[in-house]
Amino acid sequence: MFEAVAFYLFAFLTISMFWITVTTSQALYALTALAAGMIFISAFFFILGADFLGAIQIVVYSGAVMALYSFGMMFFDTTRDVKEKQGNKAIILGLSTLAAILIVAIFAGPIVSDNIHALYPVIEGAGNTQQVGLVLFTKYLVPFEVAAVMLLVAMIAGIVLAGKKMDLSLTLMDEEEIHLMNEEKNKKVLS
Amino acid sequence: MMEIGLNHYLVLTTILFAIGLVGVMRRKNLLMLFFATEILLNSVNISFAAISHFYGDLTGQMFAFFVIAIAASEVAVGLGLLIVWHKKHNNIDLDTMTSMRG
Repeated sequence: MFEAVAFYLFAFLTISMFWITVTTSQALYALTALAAGMIFISAFFFILGADFLGAIQIVVYSGAVMALYSFGMMFFDTTRDVKEKQGNKAIILGLSTLAAILIVAIFAGPIVSDNIHALYPVIEGAGNTQQVGLVLFTKYLVPFEVAAVMLLVAMIAGIVLAGKKMDLSLTLMDEEEIHLMNEEKNKKVLS
Repeated sequence: MMEIGLNHYLVLTTILFAIGLVGVMRRKNLLMLFFATEILLNSVNISFAAISHFYGDLTGQMFAFFVIAIAASEVAVGLGLLIVWHKKHNNIDLDTMTSMRG
């Protein structure tokens, strides 16, 4: 009973928030609606018993991703209305047909593969976080490490792309070049 | 109606995925396009967690973790590139990014 009430409430809230995100012409409204939708999605994870995933959803999306987006939006002009695309009708029709076929496949999938069986069954007597740790650090250790390397690469890429004068390397430059660069910087500061 | 099953969650994720697709199709601003891709990734995450719950299997949750990691790195690199493009051209409209047309 309570599960059904919570499901329908959060389904309604999530759908309306994401609908606002894709239809509004204000970038700030879209950002705040997206953040609210992310929080509401974590409620589904808590209902489904995936507590750790829900906590990660709140921390990563509402914490890290939203902070990144709001920092990014400081660079852009967000007060101006967002222009909409007047797209090609044939392309939109084709993509909608593709999406409809995709929906049919999504619904047919669980019905067709009724003989599905659990590869890593839920362990009795352990909390969700312990279960996640047991599976993640035994069967999925290599993908976990690869994901860590990928996050490191993404971090370095973000710093290099968004930072100033990141294309210069002090270790590869001569002493004179560094001296010249510093003098130029001082001139700019003084003038 | 009151018993929430797997199909309820699949219908919800389908609706969310359709909303994300609508966003991808009608947005011109690249930042708004990024928001729409976040919606797509999140709807897939819900369906992974739901299938993991109803089949008693933890693999779905593992995949959801990796999807979250990929989404985070996508945002970092994509926003960096977007800032570089905005510094150079002073707009982030998709229609102006046709310089690589064959």
